[in-house]
Amino acid sequence: MAIKLLLENDHIEGIRYYDTYRKNGGYRAAEKALKMSPADIVEEVKKSGLRGRGGAGFPTGMKWSFLAKPEGVPRHLVCNADESEPGTFKDRYLMEFHPHLFIEGLLISSFALGSNATYVYIRGEYAWIPDILEQAIAEAKNNGWLGKNILGTGFDCEIYVHRGAGAYICGEETALIESLEGKRGNPRMKPPFPAIQGVWMRPTVVNNVETLAAVVPIINMGGDEYAKIGAGRSTGTKLLSVCGNVNKPGVYEIDMTCSVEEFIYSDEYCGGIPKGRKLKACIPGGSSVPIVPANLLFKTAKGETRYMNYESLSDGGFATGTMMGSGGFIVLDDSQCIVRHTMTLARFYNHESCGQCSPCREGTGWMYKILKNIEYGKGKMSDIDLLWDIQRRIEGNTICPLGDAAAWPVAAAIRHFRDEFEWHITHPDEAQTRNFGLAHYADPIHVPVG
Amino acid sequence: MSEQTPKFKVTIDNISIDVPAGTTILNAARMIGGDVTPPAMCYYSKLEGSGGKCRTCLVEVSKGSEKDPRPMPKLVASCRTTVMDGMEVKNITSEKVVDARKGVVEFLLLNHPLDCPVCDQAGECDLQNLSYEHGNEATRYEFKRRTFEKEDIGPFISLHMNRCIMCFRCVFTAEQLTQRREHGILERGDHAQISTMLSKSLDNEFIGNVIDVCPVGALTDKTFRFKNRVWFTKPVDAHCKCDKCSGKVRLWMRGEEVYRVTARKDQWGEVESWICNDCRFHKKSVKDWVIEGPSMIARSSVISQGHYAGNVGTAPTPVLIDKVIGKQPKFTLDIHSVSDVNRPEVELSKIDGPAHSDDFKSKK
Repeated sequence: MAIKLLLENDHIEGIRYYDTYRKNGGYRAAEKALKMSPADIVEEVKKSGLRGRGGAGFPTGMKWSFLAKPEGVPRHLVCNADESEPGTFKDRYLMEFHPHLFIEGLLISSFALGSNATYVYIRGEYAWIPDILEQAIAEAKNNGWLGKNILGTGFDCEIYVHRGAGAYICGEETALIESLEGKRGNPRMKPPFPAIQGVWMRPTVVNNVETLAAVVPIINMGGDEYAKIGAGRSTGTKLLSVCGNVNKPGVYEIDMTCSVEEFIYSDEYCGGIPKGRKLKACIPGGSSVPIVPANLLFKTAKGETRYMNYESLSDGGFATGTMMGSGGFIVLDDSQCIVRHTMTLARFYNHESCGQCSPCREGTGWMYKILKNIEYGKGKMSDIDLLWDIQRRIEGNTICPLGDAAAWPVAAAIRHFRDEFEWHITHPDEAQTRNFGLAHYADPIHVPVG
Repeated sequence: MSEQTPKFKVTIDNISIDVPAGTTILNAARMIGGDVTPPAMCYYSKLEGSGGKCRTCLVEVSKGSEKDPRPMPKLVASCRTTVMDGMEVKNITSEKVVDARKGVVEFLLLNHPLDCPVCDQAGECDLQNLSYEHGNEATRYEFKRRTFEKEDIGPFISLHMNRCIMCFRCVFTAEQLTQRREHGILERGDHAQISTMLSKSLDNEFIGNVIDVCPVGALTDKTFRFKNRVWFTKPVDAHCKCDKCSGKVRLWMRGEEVYRVTARKDQWGEVESWICNDCRFHKKSVKDWVIEGPSMIARSSVISQGHYAGNVGTAPTPVLIDKVIGKQPKFTLDIHSVSDVNRPEVELSKIDGPAHSDDFKSKK
């Protein structure tokens, strides 16, 4: 049985309410943390090796220690709950069913960072979650966990819930800050980083929901203990939201030592592919990370078993690997069409581009139009190379990572499934009625070089 | 205070210069001048917060600084990146930069209508210059271009949204120059547009400056609309006594007639001093102005065609060719490489009578 930290009490009914949560060991970590010094908490988080769960995997302790601490300037903690990556819904689960775990994490982190006003920026589409959170915040406040002079320590903390208006780009930390300030959600130029100039030009830390929730078990068990879970630099547990062609889609907590094969086929997790179909491809970390074909999913290009952790998933770089990302695990069986799938993603990124910098604004729309042509049987062979060229010129040349996020899925689809694109172009009529590569990708195919 | 600012040494395309700390790479390159200066479509030194959006000024930082010599992993926007001591930057000597810039030009032209023949900006358009110098011959875009509903924003400024490249300069201008900004960006992605929410007109004493800061023909002068082409008019510097602005302007004349009044622009195409709407739109007679003399126009500009050949802007520094490998300095066209006429070694005064093409051929 795998170790569970965040979803340890998932089976307990009513865990979303304060009384039940408190009875089951809730706010123990907060009690402990408020007696520690803020620097010690940061040190514990550093020791734990916790990496940001929002997608980039940046070490949280390091991020916290970068926070500028000028005299007389308030600091802020902002929680990024704008979880808009297609395929990712782990934060929603956490906020909906474990709001007090999340609030406890927020409280400890606010104390560690010295944030008296902490903001939670919630995705606009999660319309019912702010109510749950606000209710939980009121409960916590009634019991003395928020407000003025918490537990007699002299530390004040208020948590404000801010609703987004439905823009994917506001999940980017600087765009989130702009939006929180009431402006148009355009990403800022970096540097200066939010740790120096964030919300209202004050030092700010922006963290994902799961990252902040993970602070609770870290304080409870100690940073060193936490670091023992997992493998290598991927410490602790990770929530994965599984969707697509699997028997049991949902949110799972893994301890990062489980292999990808086990994760997909074991009954404890996904429970295999339905209707006896074969696995074709998988996107292991939310829609923006590169897609990997089945033959590269279970074994890396070197022939080693691939595990569900940061290092193993990114083994081989983008040529043969992918990324852990935000943990939106999307499984595609052999009935899925990669061209259509890529087109859908390109349409999403075209729709969500903020329009600030030219490569992303113009390039995403162009890629979508070309993919639409290919999908609907109007493509040309030269279009594939053109797509490759466009994504190459978008990637890395934009202000924020949305450009990269738009370019990677297209690049990976062409890299691994070029024959499917070609088949779409050479068989325009057939491509409308049936899908290429039935049972083709279940067998190991050659590993592309470079 | 200013003496205490430390000087940082930065090397751009093998040319070193000492600049004060806090200078951006682009401004350091402008101090060197010539070909090493990256083009800028959205950066405007006089507008706070501008830049970083168009991505034409991307450069490669091959050495971060003396302390931390690691190169930067991605190309950086030179207009928003400040120099570090010992930084080494590659602009035109970097293949990656040249390629990325080609890509950016293609992206910018993707939905641009290319209606230069009927555009008032033609001849002084930054996008024309950019695509001429850094772009490809043809686009690979085969789809219908994006279009917008035409919007009327008042009697003096004409907004042609289809031509806009979303540099945000006019938004910054209105925000920083006027009391109240009336226009802004609506929508997002490739449907983002400059607009006033309720089709209001822009009326502010200094709002005319958005015409000058616009790098393309999206915002043009309605009083000059379709009256003339800029290269047929003669630019003349003039001034007047104005209690609202500096009164230092450039008149665009043909004969005795003033066709257009704009602010004076420096060699980077930036306005030297803002002018008010009265000077710009209402003083269209020579009597209103004190003429100072012909304006300095760079030789590479089409506006200098046939006018002030002597007033050469910046001549390329000869040291450049040795340092920047294989890159010839900027010439509009080296006439002698394609034509036999007017070869410099033939002295016209020694020819009997009017020169004939045979005079040049025989000397070859």
